Amino acid sequence: MNQNIEIPALARVEGEGALYIRLKDGKIAEIELNIYEPPRFFEGFLRGRHYQQVPDITARICGICPVAYQMSSVQALEKALGVEITPEIRALRRLLYDAEYIESHALHIYMLQAPDLLGHDSVLSLAGAAPEIVKKALRLKKIGNQLLSIIGGRSVHPVNTCVGGFYCWPNTDELHNLLPELEWGLEASRETVRWATNLPFPDLQIFDYEFVAIHHPDEYGILEGDVLSSNGKQIPVEEFEKSYLETHVRHSNALHSHNTQGQPYITGPMARLNLNYEQLGVEAQEMIQEIGLELPINNPYEMLLARAIELVEVYAEAIRLVKAYQPHGASRVSVTPRMGEGSGASEAPRGLLYHRYVVDEKGEIRFALIVPPTAQNLARIEADLWVLAPKIIDLPQSEATLACEHLVRSYDPCISCATHFLKLKVEDANNMP
Amino acid sequence: MSKPKVAVYKFSSCDGCQLSLLNLEDELLDLAGAIDFAFFLEASSKTVAGPYDIALVEGSISTPHEVERIKEIRAQSRFLVALGICATAGGIQALRNFSDKDELAFMVYTHPEYLHALDTSVPLSEHVQVDLELWGCPVNKYQALEVIAALLQNRRPNLPTHSVCLDCKRDSNPCVLVAYGIPCMGPVTRTGCGALCPGKTRGCYGCFGPVPNAEAPAMATVLSTMETYPDETYQLLRYFTGYAPAYRLVADKMTDRGGAK
Repeated sequence: MNQNIEIPALARVEGEGALYIRLKDGKIAEIELNIYEPPRFFEGFLRGRHYQQVPDITARICGICPVAYQMSSVQALEKALGVEITPEIRALRRLLYDAEYIESHALHIYMLQAPDLLGHDSVLSLAGAAPEIVKKALRLKKIGNQLLSIIGGRSVHPVNTCVGGFYCWPNTDELHNLLPELEWGLEASRETVRWATNLPFPDLQIFDYEFVAIHHPDEYGILEGDVLSSNGKQIPVEEFEKSYLETHVRHSNALHSHNTQGQPYITGPMARLNLNYEQLGVEAQEMIQEIGLELPINNPYEMLLARAIELVEVYAEAIRLVKAYQPHGASRVSVTPRMGEGSGASEAPRGLLYHRYVVDEKGEIRFALIVPPTAQNLARIEADLWVLAPKIIDLPQSEATLACEHLVRSYDPCISCATHFLKLKVEDANNMP
Repeated sequence: MSKPKVAVYKFSSCDGCQLSLLNLEDELLDLAGAIDFAFFLEASSKTVAGPYDIALVEGSISTPHEVERIKEIRAQSRFLVALGICATAGGIQALRNFSDKDELAFMVYTHPEYLHALDTSVPLSEHVQVDLELWGCPVNKYQALEVIAALLQNRRPNLPTHSVCLDCKRDSNPCVLVAYGIPCMGPVTRTGCGALCPGKTRGCYGCFGPVPNAEAPAMATVLSTMETYPDETYQLLRYFTGYAPAYRLVADKMTDRGGAK
């Protein structure tokens, strides 16, 4: 790795960005993750809109995790408006979220990251070499989309979520009819874990991670809970902004996050699994035991393994929730507009997603703040690259480049959320023209 | 004969429309057998240089760099298809066209001076000739498939142009507007979603954009008599496809009258 590398676009990520690694005197001098996804002004657009439009507008931040945006926003607004939802509504929200995890994790495991580990450019080229794997992946993913469509009307930007609950209950028969597919999916996700265990993950142990995730005492934290850190600190969502700060750096249209000590932290599947494995259901626990997985995971490439365990968890939970589904009562609780402020956070498939809103007496949004997971992870990805770069400096150019790209991809960055297109440019300051 | 080369591009957008292509789980492998995804960054790190037979473009034009990029793409593409309402109408990002961008930037970013953004978010057609526009937020994946299939077969794609309202009648949905008094954009909104919202007892919010020959002024008159919160009619018009002329002009008039902000 002694010459300039330029990859005009990092592929198989969601969004546009560039990565620069500059060498000086044979050493790494500068690493910069440059997000040039166009800036989007969602928080500004939200001002003056009616609260009930927020879940539809924020869904458009990300086509891959719209449910996450809907869930964090409605929970924040329900706090602002003093709304208590019913256990039935909460259970259906969990199920909708499980559906998004199934779709997003199956996509990332098999279509975005696995090609790196198996020496392919894409799932399409992988399909030529291993058609059975790809067919399984597509079916796993499709089941998530089917579940999303039954509950939400469609898989991308579903239309059923509102502040207070759902516009209507999904059809019981349609959900029950999906059970055989969900059962197949649970078994296929167990096979995914076994398969993933044998993937050739690059060895990169990072021991200074601060893991941050939503934690719930009674369930695997996805929908709601406190904010838990591996440094032991557990805080209510309301105090999130005091502990985790966003800063705007010059080379990026996304905001970067740090903790109050100015250190980067990591959110997402590895953080969730390391912090919340005790809350996993029996099916996922059994898989951890079966493969002998030792926690915590400290290798960012192995986030795929954490996603695979989570795939078992969400399939198993979806089956339980569908079997227990018996809609009764109103699908939405009534909301009376009032002045108020509320924050909410949930775990998008790629990490913690925090929202805060101020609403006026007419129910108009006066202030909105959204902290997406990838923005929180950007500083940590740069820090990981600082650990990786010296280790790969002697590798051939193409291998070094792939190692960096693969590392970024393993985070499943959603750059449209944070702000698609990563460019890796290694420049040697000594060889600058 | 070599397979037609298809390129998929993203501009200012959420990725939802290209994800809809990947969501064609039952058709994806056959599709990849019929065409060569020569450039599809979301799916593949292998890229093949143009020219391309078909370019599918998601997203709106909102930065100076995007203006240049779309011209380059146009120059090397035989058919250019605008995929989704960001590409056909500026999308949700076009809300900035009705407010002061600098003020918006200041609300989101502490250092707006670091940003490179245009004052407006506009459809592709404002900068280049577009051969076909596929509406929706997101696009209907089967309509996207129909467009690709039609172009391969050298025929005009079969895309319906009636309103959501007609779909509701056909599906025997109770009319949410008449039966429940819920404001609904269905009568002036293009079909494609399958009348999802009225099917879920909520009003259509116009995410497939205006139906051709939309009677938006009459719609606005009706909606203004049944608002459930202040300025609801205006907000429904100035929404996901608010920059599409049929909706825009009506909302502009409302602003002129001082009725809405």
